[in-house]
Amino acid sequence: MAYKIVASQCTGCSACEPECPNQAIYEKNGVFFIKPEKCTECIGYFDEAQCVAACPVDKTCIIDTSYPRYQAA
Amino acid sequence: MDSAVEGVAIPSRLRPLNGIKVEVAGQPEASGCGSTGGSGKSSCGSSDGQDDMPAEIWEKVKNHPCYSEEAHHHYARMHVAVAPACNIQCNYCNRKYDCSNESRPGVVSQKLTPDQAVKKVLAVASEIPQMTVLGIAGPGDALANPAKTFETFRRLQEEAPDIKLCLSTNGLALPDYVDEIAKYNVDHVTITINMVDPAVGEKIYPWIFYDHRRIYGREAAQILTDRQMLGLEMLTARGILTKINSVLIPGINDEHLYEVNRAVKARGAFLHNIMPLISEPEHGTVFGLTGQRGPTAQELKDVQDACMGGANLMRHCRQCRADAVGLLGEDRSDEFTLDQIEQMDVVYDIEKRRAYQEKVEAERQAQHAAKQGALGEQSADDGMKVLVAVATTGGGKVNQHFGHADEFQIYEVTASSTTFIGHRRVDLYCQGGFGEDEQLPSIVNAINDCHAVLVSKIGACPRDELKAAGIEPVEEFAHEFIEKAALTWFANYRERVAKGEIVHISRGDAAIRQGAFKAA
Ligand code: SF4
Ligand code: SF4
Ligand code: SF4
Repeated sequence: MAYKIVASQCTGCSACEPECPNQAIYEKNGVFFIKPEKCTECIGYFDEAQCVAACPVDKTCIIDTSYPRYQAA
Repeated sequence: MDSAVEGVAIPSRLRPLNGIKVEVAGQPEASGCGSTGGSGKSSCGSSDGQDDMPAEIWEKVKNHPCYSEEAHHHYARMHVAVAPACNIQCNYCNRKYDCSNESRPGVVSQKLTPDQAVKKVLAVASEIPQMTVLGIAGPGDALANPAKTFETFRRLQEEAPDIKLCLSTNGLALPDYVDEIAKYNVDHVTITINMVDPAVGEKIYPWIFYDHRRIYGREAAQILTDRQMLGLEMLTARGILTKINSVLIPGINDEHLYEVNRAVKARGAFLHNIMPLISEPEHGTVFGLTGQRGPTAQELKDVQDACMGGANLMRHCRQCRADAVGLLGEDRSDEFTLDQIEQMDVVYDIEKRRAYQEKVEAERQAQHAAKQGALGEQSADDGMKVLVAVATTGGGKVNQHFGHADEFQIYEVTASSTTFIGHRRVDLYCQGGFGEDEQLPSIVNAINDCHAVLVSKIGACPRDELKAAGIEPVEEFAHEFIEKAALTWFANYRERVAKGEIVHISRGDAAIRQGAFKAA
């Protein structure tokens, strides 16, 4: 699985972007998105998903169940 | 946190300011800072300021419109909103809007990239030569966006070296960036400190994001206060001026702010600005939704008075927006939108700016001398004091029509002194030449603790209503210096009381206007 951002709730504050260890987060038209192929759910880096921990709006960075769980190599 | 001061070499010029004068005889030029502070001088850095402030600090702040109660008449500041991210959550903040530590809640500033910000600053500075100070205060936390903040500073230092830089922060990341700040010649840092006790802090801050973790409750508040105190000490040790903002939240930190005042003073803060919580359900903040109210004018003044003599108090803060442009209390940001800046052909002429500023400085000296001359003999003080509201467009004079005032300056007057204690914002009474009768009650509420309102002119209708509310409208001092006018009016008032023509009664409390301020 990867994380995704609920665009309608994103304030565009950018707090998540620099925290991502994989540079998976990018901006488009004032709203932020996660590239699922880059997101490792922070596994191997931090105990908490950094985008979730940094985001000021609850339930905005959430698990995208359409992707399989990330497996550390 | 008490260990804080130990082991940190505090340059003597930054030692806590002792002996701050509390009684101010006619000094406050106050006007400007709007609110300068209460103790007139002390707070805003003051007009004549030097005598209660070490000379080097005075040198640094005298032209800073946010700090010097006199400077804000003559110099302008602007903020650029390049810092959208934040690393903590405050219960009085809704992150859809700008950081409430620096702006009124509920306003949204136009976010800029560092490149756009630099363009905007150069355009404004060329257009408004009084623009001497550039601040980064949001819309989130300047230091939660270090790359954008410092990129903006670095370029401005190269392209407009005469502009002073300042930034505002909640302090969480501050210790990590003190060295960086010192590089860019940022000589003013504002830290918002609402508590020094995590038991108080946990009621204000639900969480912080620190060291790659989200931390809640008391642990979060403990880390925040430790980091704030450490950052403040580090700035002081490097000779960087610090102003402390505190948001007064009745029932949560009102009594505690006295301790905050002592703690920040002990660590070298040169100015302490206590501002009211502004809280409305429609702002969608935690406090707005739980019904946490803001303080009344009297409650705010009580806390400010209790803190006087600690760190210099500042009472002129108007809580302006994160992208404000102009003299304090004025906002010209509409003239400098991104689209307009793109069209402008900007030539940054530092010599022209210098010449203009020299002229302003000369005018300011003249005005100062004139004001001192206007203050004559003062009678002995018997402890009787009242508040008066003044309508002014600046220059230290009573020179505004009641109907054109969107704020009043409030002075505390005794027989021998006038002390600027703050601003009260109101909704314009006069719109397009017609008085708006619905507005009048809100104006009365805003200055309800005053005995008189000094104006250059006032229409018949509001005059009668003010009288009915027990506030005396006074036109006879039009275009006189405020201190002189207030003292003369009060002498006359006391005579009438002595003769039994009127009865002296104390006035009630006043309301602090809520809602976003757009200094139109
Ligand atoms: S979960 Fe971690 S890796 Fe995935 S987008 Fe968020 S911060 Fe990046
Ligand atoms: S931290 Fe949350 S609100 Fe801010 S940009 Fe990222 S997803 Fe959007
Ligand atoms: S520091 Fe400012 S932006 Fe951050 S939560 Fe507090 S008020 Fe909001």
